[in-house]
Formats: sequence, C-alpha cells, structure tokens
Amino acid sequence: MSLKDKLSELRQRGLADIKQSTDLKDVNQVRVQLLGKKGPITEVLRGMRDLDAAERPKVGAFANEIRDDLTAALTQRKEELEQAVLNAQLAKETIDVTLPGTPVAKGEPHVIQQIVDQIEDLFLGMGYQVLSGPEVEEDKYNFEMMNLPKNHPARDMQDTFYITKDILMRTQTSPMQARTLEKHDFSKGPLKMISPGVVYRRDTDDPTHSHQFHQVEGLVIDKHITMADLKGTLQVLAHELFGDKFDVRLRPSYFPFTEPSVEADITCFNCGGKGCKVCKNTGWIEVLGAGMVHPNVLKMAGVDPDVYGGFAFGVGPDRFAMLKYGVDDIRNFYLNDVRFLTQFTKKG
Amino acid sequence: MKISYNWIKEYLDLDVKPVDLAEKIERTSVEVDDVTKPSDGLKKIVVGHVLSVEAHPDSDHLHICQVDVGEAEPLQIVCGAPNIAEGQNVIVALPGSRIANNVKIKKSKMRGIPSAGMICALQEIGFSEDVVPKAYVDGIYVLPADATPGDAVYDYLGMNDSLIDLDVTPNRGDMLSVYGTLHDLAAIYDKPVELDHPEVKEDGAAIDDQLAVHVDDTLSSQYRMRLVKNLKLAPSPMWLQIRLWNAGMRPINNVVDITNYIMLKYGQPLHAFDYDKFNGEDVYVRTAKAGEKLITLDENDHDLDENDIVIADQKGPIALAGVMGGLDASIQDGTTTVAIESAVFEHDHIRKAAQRHNLHTDASQRFERGVNQAGVQEALDAAAQMMNELADGEVQKGSVVGSSNIPEPAVIELTLTHVNAILGTALTMDQVSHILESLGFEVAISADTLTVTVPVRRNDIHIPADLLEEIARIYGYDQLPATLPTGRMTMGSLTAKQRLVRATRQSLEGLGLNQAISYALTTADKAKMFMMQASETTELAWPMTVDHAVLRMNLITGLLDDIAYNSARKVKDVALYEQGRVFYREDGQDRPAEEEHIAGAITGTLLPAAWNQPAKPVDFFQMKGIVAAYLKDMAVNGDVTYVPNADMPEMHPGRTADILVHGHRIGFLGEVHPSIAKKFKVGATYVFELNLQAIVDMPKQENQYDVISRYPAITRDIAMLVDNDITNEQIVALIERRGGAFLQSVKLFDVYDGVKVPKGKKSLAYTLTYQDKHETLVDDAVTQAFDKVSKRLEEELGAEIR
Repeated sequence: MSLKDKLSELRQRGLADIKQSTDLKDVNQVRVQLLGKKGPITEVLRGMRDLDAAERPKVGAFANEIRDDLTAALTQRKEELEQAVLNAQLAKETIDVTLPGTPVAKGEPHVIQQIVDQIEDLFLGMGYQVLSGPEVEEDKYNFEMMNLPKNHPARDMQDTFYITKDILMRTQTSPMQARTLEKHDFSKGPLKMISPGVVYRRDTDDPTHSHQFHQVEGLVIDKHITMADLKGTLQVLAHELFGDKFDVRLRPSYFPFTEPSVEADITCFNCGGKGCKVCKNTGWIEVLGAGMVHPNVLKMAGVDPDVYGGFAFGVGPDRFAMLKYGVDDIRNFYLNDVRFLTQFTKKG
Repeated sequence: MKISYNWIKEYLDLDVKPVDLAEKIERTSVEVDDVTKPSDGLKKIVVGHVLSVEAHPDSDHLHICQVDVGEAEPLQIVCGAPNIAEGQNVIVALPGSRIANNVKIKKSKMRGIPSAGMICALQEIGFSEDVVPKAYVDGIYVLPADATPGDAVYDYLGMNDSLIDLDVTPNRGDMLSVYGTLHDLAAIYDKPVELDHPEVKEDGAAIDDQLAVHVDDTLSSQYRMRLVKNLKLAPSPMWLQIRLWNAGMRPINNVVDITNYIMLKYGQPLHAFDYDKFNGEDVYVRTAKAGEKLITLDENDHDLDENDIVIADQKGPIALAGVMGGLDASIQDGTTTVAIESAVFEHDHIRKAAQRHNLHTDASQRFERGVNQAGVQEALDAAAQMMNELADGEVQKGSVVGSSNIPEPAVIELTLTHVNAILGTALTMDQVSHILESLGFEVAISADTLTVTVPVRRNDIHIPADLLEEIARIYGYDQLPATLPTGRMTMGSLTAKQRLVRATRQSLEGLGLNQAISYALTTADKAKMFMMQASETTELAWPMTVDHAVLRMNLITGLLDDIAYNSARKVKDVALYEQGRVFYREDGQDRPAEEEHIAGAITGTLLPAAWNQPAKPVDFFQMKGIVAAYLKDMAVNGDVTYVPNADMPEMHPGRTADILVHGHRIGFLGEVHPSIAKKFKVGATYVFELNLQAIVDMPKQENQYDVISRYPAITRDIAMLVDNDITNEQIVALIERRGGAFLQSVKLFDVYDGVKVPKGKKSLAYTLTYQDKHETLVDDAVTQAFDKVSKRLEEELGAEIR
C-alpha cells in the first residue's frame, strides 16, 4: 500500500471515528489518536524519509491536507457536542415564568401627602413660595389679625382647642397670611405663597369630622390682582387635581378675612354634573373657600390696602382625597391601616 | 331659616320653580341646605268626615268609625286615638295610600274588625313632633269644619308649599326674615317688590298712663312696647298656623303665634308679656344682679349672671332679654292684656347669654347677627294690628319708648374704576348703579364716583369691599372672566429644608416604609414616652377626650398606635414612617417650640414570605441598615456612630443604640421594650426616631467624581477570636487606622460565637480590599500591610488571628 493510500485510508477511518464520538472526551481521545505524536499520521510522515525527493512534497502536502481535514472535522464535532451540552443544560434550566416575582420592600407616600405635593408642585410652577407656619399659634394670628376680634360670632364656626387664653392649636392655615404679610417686602415684588399644614378643630371624630386635618392656604398680594385672577387660579387648581373636564363655579359665602368671599364648587365626580346623591342633585361639590383679602387684614399686617390687594384661598386636602377616591371615612387618613395606605400607589 | 315659596310669591311675581329659585339663591346669596315639599312622597291622603264612632268590642281603647271620604259608601276605619269624635273632619289615609317614611297603608283587620285605611295624626303624615299643636300631639289632627270630604288634605295643611332651607352665614342676619329675603330676590330677579306696612287701629287709654320703661341704652339701643287689652286667646287661623309650622315653629295661640309670625316676616323678635302679671307698672332693662334667678318659658331654672341682660319688673327678672321670656309673666289661659316688646339688644351680651344658658333660640340667633334697627317700631305696630284683627284686642294709644337709637345709614364712596380693577370686569356705571339700586340702596353718581347709601337693615355693609361683593354676586360670578395673575415675575422653588424633607420621605419609601400621618394630640402618658430631650408637656385647656389631650413629644407612640390598630385587624407585618412635629415646652413658657422629627417602626417582616423566600422577622440590624442607608442618602458630613444606650425606659436595654453624627446625638434606634410593646398590644417592634431639624441643619457632603481605578484590587480575609466585649466598631476603626495607604475597604463577613469558640470569645471575619489608583499593587506590599494590621490587632485588642 502506498503512503498515499495509507493516508486516504487514515482519513476515512479518522472521519468515521470523529463522527462516532458522542462526547467531548471521545472527541479528545480521537484527536490524540489521530493527530498525536504517536498517531498514524505522524507515523506516515515519518515514513517519508524513504520516498523520492520529488514525491516528498506531494505526499507531505497530501498529509497536511488530511490533517487539516481531520482537525476541521474534530473542531466541528466538538462544537456540535458543546452546543448539545449547552442545549441540554438550557433545557434543564427552563423555569415556569408564570411563578410570581420575588417581593421587594417598597413604601408609599400617604395619600394626603400626594395631594399636598401635587398642589405644591402646581403652585411652585406658577412662581409661588411654599411656607409653613406653627401649629401651636397665637390667638392674635389665628383670629384677631384675620379680622376675627374676640367675641366675633364667626369664631363659633371654628371650635378651637385652646392651650391658654392666647395660645391655641391653629384652626386654619390662614394665620400664615398675617405672618407672611407682616414680613413681606413688596419692593422686592409681589407676594405669592401657599402654606400647607395640619390644623385642629374641637370636633368629635366621626366619618366626616376629624379633630386634626390638613389645609393649604394660598395668598397672592400685588398692585393689580383681580377676582378674575382668583377664579382663573382656582380653575387651574381644579384641572390639575381632578382633570380638565372639571368646571369651577363660585358662590357667595362669608369669611371675616375676605371680602368678597366665595365658596368654590367643582363638577361632581360621581355623576359628572348630571346630579346624583353625592352632590345632592346639584351636579356640584363644594371644595374650597376663597375671596379677596379683606382690607382690615392688610391694614393690621401693615400693608396699605389702597395700594395692595389680592386673593386668598383655603383648600382641604382631606376633603379632596375623600372626593377624588370616594373615601367614606376621614378617620382612615389618621389610623394608618396598611391596607388603606397602600391603595394609592398609581403613579403612571 | 325655612323660607316658604308661597309666602315669597305673595310679594314677588316669580315665574320659577322652587328648585330653580333655591339654586338661584345659592348661587347669588346664601347657601341652601334643602328644598322640600311636605306632600312629596304622600299618596291618597284625604279629608274624612267622621259619621259615627263606636267602641271596639274587644278593646278598651280602639274605636270603630264610619268615615265619609267623599265616596258613595263610607269607609269603616278602626282608630285608636283618644280624641276621635263624631262630626270631626279628619285626615284619612285610604287603602293603598302612602304616609310618612314611605309606609304603605292597606286594608286590614284590627282585633277581628275590618279597617279600610287609617285616621292619621300630623306626625304620621310627616310633621315633626315639634311643630304639631299641643292639642293634637297625642292624637289625631282635626281639620277645619269646612273641609270637603274626599279632597286631598295637602292644601288644607299647607303641604303643597315648597320650603327652602337657607343656611344663613353669620353676616347675613337680614336673610333670617321673609322681608330680607325678598329684598335680595328683588335684586336677583330684577323685579320690584311691594311690601305692606302696618296701620294700627288704636283705642283705649294712652299707654304712658299704664306703663313706664326704664332702659340702659348700652344694653338695649331700642326698647319699645305696646299694650293690647281685652284680648281673646284662641288658636290662630289656619293660614297663620301653616306659616308657622312650615317654618318649623309650633302654633300655640293667636297672641304668641302673632309674635312669631312677625319675627319670621320682619326678622324682628318680639316678646309678649301678660301685663296683669307685672308687679307694678314699671319695666326695667338692666343686667341681672348677683343671685337673681329666672324660670324660663321652657320651665328650666336659670341662675342669672351679672352679664345677662334681663327685663325686670319691680320685683325681679321677668325675661332673659333677647333669649327667652320668663314663665311667670308669660301668656297663659286667661291672659287678656298683653305688653308687646320690640327691641334691639346688644349682640355680644346675647351671644354669651345664649351660650351660658345653652339657650340658642330663634330670637337670640337674630339678635346675635343684628336685626333691622330701622324696622323695630314697624314690627311692633304690625303685631299690634294683628292682635286687634285676630284676637279682638284693643290697642292702647301710643307706644312707650325706653330707648330709640337708630343708627344712621352707611354712606360709602366707590369708583367704577375700582370696581372693575378689583373684579376684573368691564362693567358700566349703569350696570353697577342698577345692581345697587335693585338691592334697595340709594346711589348718587358724580363722574367716576358712586356715593351709595345703604339701608340700615343691611348691617353687614360698611366699606367699599362690601359693595364689591354685592355687585359681584348680583352680576353673577359665572360672568367673571377667568385669568391668572400678571405682574412682576416671582421665583417658585423649594427651600433647602423643604427639599431635604421631601428627600427624606422618598428615601424611606424607597427603603420599604409607608408614610403614616398620626394624631399629634395624644394622651399625657404617650406624649412623654421615647423622649429625646427634657421638656414640659403642653396640654389643651378643654380637650374633647383624654385620648387627644396633650401634644406629642415623640413620633414613635403614634406609630405604635398605628401598629396596634393594624395588629387588631390581623395585619401583622407593618412598616411605617412618619415625618412631623413634636412639641417641646420650656417651664414658664406658654407656647412650645415645634421641632421636625422623622421616625420609623417595623413589626413582623419587612418582606413578606414568598414561595421562594422565607419570612425574615425584622431585627435590630435590618432597622439599622435602613437608618444607615437613609443617613447616607442625606449625606450628613461627619462620622455616624451607634452607641449602646441601656437607659431609655421604653426601649430594650440591650438592643438600643443612640445615633451620633460627629459626636452629636440626633436620635436612637432599637427594639421597643417588651413590656411597653405589651402595653400597646403590639409584637416585637423595632423603631427609630431622629431629629430631622438637626439633619437639616448639619453640613452636608457634596457629590463629587472619584476616578475609578483601572488597576486590579487585591483582597485578604482575616478571621480572629476576640473577647466578647470587643466591638466590631473598635476592630474596624483599628483596621482603618492601621491598614496602610492602599486599604480601600473593610467588610465584615462573618460573626460566630457558637460552640466552636471558647467561652467569653467570639469570632469575627473581615475582607480587606487593597487597591492603588495609579499602578498595579505588588503582592508584597499588600502582605506587608496585612501583616502589620494583624499584629496591631493582636497587640491592641488581644485578638487571636486564626
């Protein structure tokens, strides 16, 4: 048998062995057997010494060709087998993707906080400052400077927790009007502020009353502020909090610290204005009080009412939350049942 | 105040439905609570004429009545009312009818006797017990003799009227009367209103010879009386009774009813005294003297206060002025001579008297808000006229007037420019003056200026702003444009503190805690727990309950209350935080300082058990991890250290740490003392509370870029045995101090104090990471540094390196 024939046979046999190998170990063994130092190809090549000088390169080239073929076949087989191993492993690793995800710890802001933040962001965008005032307030700021002198009958509208004769739990965020007006330097520009916070009333807690609740006061004082500006501002607020399809209407009311005074109603959530039980068939729901700041309030705070004027409003986030989400008991906001707190998580 | 639609229509030509009228009032004048029509919901209730009454054979109180209801055959109805009698016209609910509260009446048998319907009391067709005439409270109502059997009863009883219940604000006392309401409606609908005025027929002798009044006019700016003799007390005519009960008042007799009717019509409270019961002929208006007493009409005893205004005769008080009359001089059966009082009492005295004696009456309500001081005499005259017409009384000549200070009408100047500048409107002079005139104000115009004279009845209008409101509301708020303020730009941005407070909330929410808002008013006990500094308590003078009587000086008790509320409802895993104020008061100060705090509480597990992870109950280190992560977020500039604190009575003595930043205590964390947890009815709970204001005030680290080294880090682990009282902090501090220039971090990865460790010792293991930012570290350099630190640990802390 010529060397060439030997080599051809070797190729036949080698390719068959490679094909038959079933795992990577087999492939490796075949490689060592065929191509190793003691392998048949090396042996054949060693026998080239006996060949003619003219034959040698031909046979050598042929041997190299066969070695390359076998190497390629080995590599291919190896990749095939590796792929098979990987596939088997991946098959084994398959999971039920419908099993629930691992829980993560995640807290939520309180629903009242969400509404306060929303109001703050809206007014920050319109150039208002956010100010906060003391919860334990002086009678002077809570009442007297809000045009509610001692013995004013409207004090009866706000049952008050007194601490001493002159110190009380603020019944409203309005004292921040007086406190801010006293300090504001109008030469630096108009006063535009909101003041969110907790207020207190001497009430027995029940589904619609809470001795502690929230208010956001708003105040704008400048030289040319109109009641139309108030109406427009309240409209913006209603649209921000509830959506564009909500209308605002103003009704006359009475607050000692504003004149004219109004209450603002918005389109009923429940019926969209058609009239239902929630809105007592009026199509409207009362949401806040407002008005043009009373000249006495300006005067008492040292602001000249003949030059400056403006509007004020007071919003109740608790009431907003109750209306917006249909919360039927105000006490839910202060009892902090986790099942309640985690209902208001939608941010999208 | 319930306003009768029919009554209004007598004066004003309106072509609107009651609900629309109510809506208009609400939009333009005062809030409307309700519009009701008493006959709504009732069906088949008719006049019946009782033909005969027989006793029921099987009952001692039931009667068998044959009742003509306008049909061919009378109905047989069994009736249990004690006052049923033959010949009466009564209210009959026919079979198939509906009475009050939607109750359906069917044919039935009563103790064996068929009964076709029901003879009704007023309460049974929807009348409030408070307005039913006393004679009919305990029985059926008897209709007038001229009622026609078979007719629906509603018109006879005024039940087809519509009643608009006004919620009158404190400034609009004028709206507590039909006349006052009419003035507003005249302006709203721009229609003229014709009010009638009394003409008194006087007779008899001059009043001056029979009665004298002595008045302190600081207490009563007007005090007027008339005297009516030879009165015949009787029930009022139906129309008058209807007016009263539709306004929510009980008809009593013609004299008393007239005074109430005049009050409804004019808003002027009147009082009728039985003149014959006066001691003497002198009446005094004064403050009460110490020790004086009065039994009021409602038969309650009152100890009078020296600030109460009383009407008195020579002997003593006969009425609590402006609030309620006395029983002794009241109108009773047999009264024939009546002194009618029409007056104005000082509102503040009345308000306080009503509060003091807990007697909030229709009269006191009106005096508190102010009555029409220009109409006091007119109301008196109108009452006298009615007593003449309805009770045959002889009105004595003249009135006695003890005081007669009628205020001047307010005169207010206003410019059209101002009106439009404030309202944001473009009204014309004609529009503005027309609105004001339609309200009954007098207007004089000169160039841009309106000079407005406001009738005395509108005691709420004093300044231009008050007129602006009148103009705006009558013009209509719907017609105002909607704009936004213009003018100089202002910046809207949060302060550093506000940003930090927001960041605090976001940080803690990200760490798994839900925001709670608890009550700031708590019990005296809870207010004083978990205190971070000494402070006096701040207490309410008149709390509603002991549960909310004292201002909190910590946030944790509120969170524990919240957890208890959850636990009681089987919610076992609760993680909460609260951001809010605590109130510290110094001795001698009335007002506490308010300090922002932040607190958290976790009970159960932070992460719920799941199919792939077991529940891990919260422990100290989980809470510490949260606090540390939060403080890292806030970037306080300074070392945060945790120092054991065994001295807080509400905290577990072995599981509590003070939190120090740069050596200053800003709060604490740990496990709530088991006995306190038990008191609150909560399980094992871990809490923290921090002075948020202190965090706000501390210097902060700025974010800055640090080059990430391209050279590999080398790590070495070290395990050591140390005495139990050596802390992790000591070891880490030492390693950091002695670790060499390339030590990047020290991380504890194991703590063991089990059986394989000698008693009194524990084993700790750390990974030390070394890195050079500028070149590849040489192994030798690390080994050298590592050996050095190992040696230091042995020498300084007695560690046994393993």
